[in-house]
Amino acid sequence: MTLQELVDFLRSLWGLWLMIFFLGIVFYAFRPKNKKRLESYGDIPLRDDDDKER
Amino acid sequence: MTHATMAHGVQRDASPYLEDVVKKFALAATFWGVVGFIVGDYIAFQLAYPVLNLDLEWFSFGRLRPLHTSAVIFAFGGNVLLGTSFYVVQRTCRASLFGGPALANFVFWGYQLFIVMAGLGYVLGVTQGREYAEPEWFVDLWITVVWVAYLVAFAGTLIKRKEPHIYVANWFYLAFIVTIAMLHLGNNLAVPVSLTGIKSYSLFSGVQDALTQWWYGHNAVGFFLTAGFLAIMYYFVPKRAERPVYSYRLSIVHFWALIFLYIWAGPHHLHYTALPDWAQTLGMTFSIMLWMPSWGGMINGLMTLSGAWDKLRTDPVMRFLVTSVAFYGMSTFEGPMMSIKAVNSLSHYTDWTVGHVHSGALGWVAFVSFGALYFLVPVLWKRKQLYSMRLVSLHFWIATIGILLYITAMWISGIMQGLMWRAYDSLGFLQYSFIETVEAMHPYYVIRAVGGLLFVIGGLIMAYNFWRTIRGDVRTEVPYEAPHAAVAGAR
Amino acid sequence: MSLMKHHAKVETNVFLLLIGILVTVAIGGLVEIVPLFTIESTIEKVKGVRPYSPLELAGRNIYIREGCYNCHSQMIRPFRDEVERYGHYSLAAESMYDHPFQWGSKRTGPDLARVGGKYSNDWHVRHLIDPREVVPESIMPGYRHLAKRPLDFADASDHLKTLRLVGVPYTDEMIVNAKADLEAQAAPDADTEGVAARYPKASLGDADGNPAITEMDALVAYLQVLGRMVDFETFKPEQALR
Repeated sequence: MTLQELVDFLRSLWGLWLMIFFLGIVFYAFRPKNKKRLESYGDIPLRDDDDKER
Repeated sequence: MTHATMAHGVQRDASPYLEDVVKKFALAATFWGVVGFIVGDYIAFQLAYPVLNLDLEWFSFGRLRPLHTSAVIFAFGGNVLLGTSFYVVQRTCRASLFGGPALANFVFWGYQLFIVMAGLGYVLGVTQGREYAEPEWFVDLWITVVWVAYLVAFAGTLIKRKEPHIYVANWFYLAFIVTIAMLHLGNNLAVPVSLTGIKSYSLFSGVQDALTQWWYGHNAVGFFLTAGFLAIMYYFVPKRAERPVYSYRLSIVHFWALIFLYIWAGPHHLHYTALPDWAQTLGMTFSIMLWMPSWGGMINGLMTLSGAWDKLRTDPVMRFLVTSVAFYGMSTFEGPMMSIKAVNSLSHYTDWTVGHVHSGALGWVAFVSFGALYFLVPVLWKRKQLYSMRLVSLHFWIATIGILLYITAMWISGIMQGLMWRAYDSLGFLQYSFIETVEAMHPYYVIRAVGGLLFVIGGLIMAYNFWRTIRGDVRTEVPYEAPHAAVAGAR
Repeated sequence: MSLMKHHAKVETNVFLLLIGILVTVAIGGLVEIVPLFTIESTIEKVKGVRPYSPLELAGRNIYIREGCYNCHSQMIRPFRDEVERYGHYSLAAESMYDHPFQWGSKRTGPDLARVGGKYSNDWHVRHLIDPREVVPESIMPGYRHLAKRPLDFADASDHLKTLRLVGVPYTDEMIVNAKADLEAQAAPDADTEGVAARYPKASLGDADGNPAITEMDALVAYLQVLGRMVDFETFKPEQALR
């Protein structure tokens, strides 16, 4: 297998690469380790309008 | 960053949030919304009663239809997006707007100038003839300048933020801003005949031009009317419900999946045309896949209310927000279905498409905008509450009935016309002439126009409510039962 | 996994987020649009498709100006009923000189891809002035202003030059003769030899009976050439396989 053939072969799998990338994002987002940190970001809008902070 | 600082809020920067410009955007959105709805309903009546074209060039359907679409998408929707994005980015970054009042006002007035130039152009016959991208080259150049200023103000605020994390609503706003810029530049490549003239010719032609246009056209839906308004959902639904979004982790997946898949869907506007089959199939495949992130987002929005469903009964503003998400779910189910080639062969070129667009545009985009505006007006003008929550409820019901009339009329007329076009009689001849199918549409065009009229009335009620709220009036009325409902407007 | 750390960076870095978004949204467009320019079979090789004559081009610009595309498609799909109603399904080659394309997206009125030659000039003029005079059930707006307004196309050759810049094969001869060709095509008794040779199948003569060249003349000339450039008597789809 020449280098060119290898490149062509890998390129033909672009759907697979994108899927792996996507699953990586899903894995990242739903990894138990990240749960607490990520869900805490949901509070950002709820503590934003304190005029006292001005 | 320690967990403690996050939990207790981050010290925000010294200068106050810029709210004057958000006020202006809110007023402009209300004004252009009502104008856009009225023009839309007028052309709906034109289709039922062609005499309303008045045989005057400035009032003909062909010139007013782009005026309607641009007024509601770019003038109403655009002002809502720009205004809310400036509000949300400051609050969630705990930083005042980058560039200060000068840059913000340039964006505001520059955007209004764009709207007026585009709209006047349509009525006077200045158009590129590209759906949803009708403004000619000089208007395109102007909006590019304004858009860059907008990006600078928005991204600049993100950069100077005090909050370590960029809240997900801002991701959606940012995707909306940069993708619309990319689409705008790609779709409006044109060569003017003369630098002092208004006419230009598009760089691409025929099949390439068609796909470029629908790459733009579909993603005007995907990034202007979806990503931008999802940002509104991710801020205003949690805010109004006073609880964090159902799953922040889902919102991350939702974001990347949605923006990746949406951009491929354009070719479903060109099924069975002279566009090569491979492109049509790609477009169809991605359109169907798009159903998943769309519903992921819908679930995320709706479930934010879990445990607080009573707010639907006691808070009409919440009702607008939640119903909009439900309509979003419905039209993002209908859309992938219509992108299936077999379904599309029937629905394409008919009113079914028009009905689909409006279930998204009225039910999702306009309703989530109304919800955000009803939330914002008392906050921005420092009023304790809206003038009247009962009027909000009235607006909700009138508009909802209007939408239902509209989309059911278009379902029936669209499917009926599609079937009539392909009907054969027993001798093997086409059963109906084209004009017979036009005649059959008349009752549904009347129903649609009446539905639209209800929607217009709702918009006027909202404008009246805003006017009284800003004046500081409070209507004497029976409050909604929940204890916080009376002050809900003040949140 | 390193991806994990990277996403945490994306969440906090505006530039990374921006670039991530741009890459994500660029892929789809690139994969779908770029091959249309590079794959040769996208546009069939057929005989007969030619650039619009100056009068037709002026008419086309009026068609765009009035927003006709909002209600009329110019794209016949390969279905039995559409082919019987409108004619041979549309080929990509037939719109290869259309800047911009006018395939449309809605048929509030019928498809116009092959309306050329179906009706007389006189029918078109009367129909455009008052659609309900000839088709009582029609819901089309009337365009009486077209019949009254003289055509302003003094810069016809500039338009042809601009189109040549974006790829339409107008010859020097066509550009030099633009104004003369426009007048010859619309005049009742003109010497039409030149324009007829340069633009085969162009609809010749004064459409609306008004000796001045009106916008109506231009629009009718455009409508009358739609779909007529390719000769489907001799066209063999298998030779234009994509």
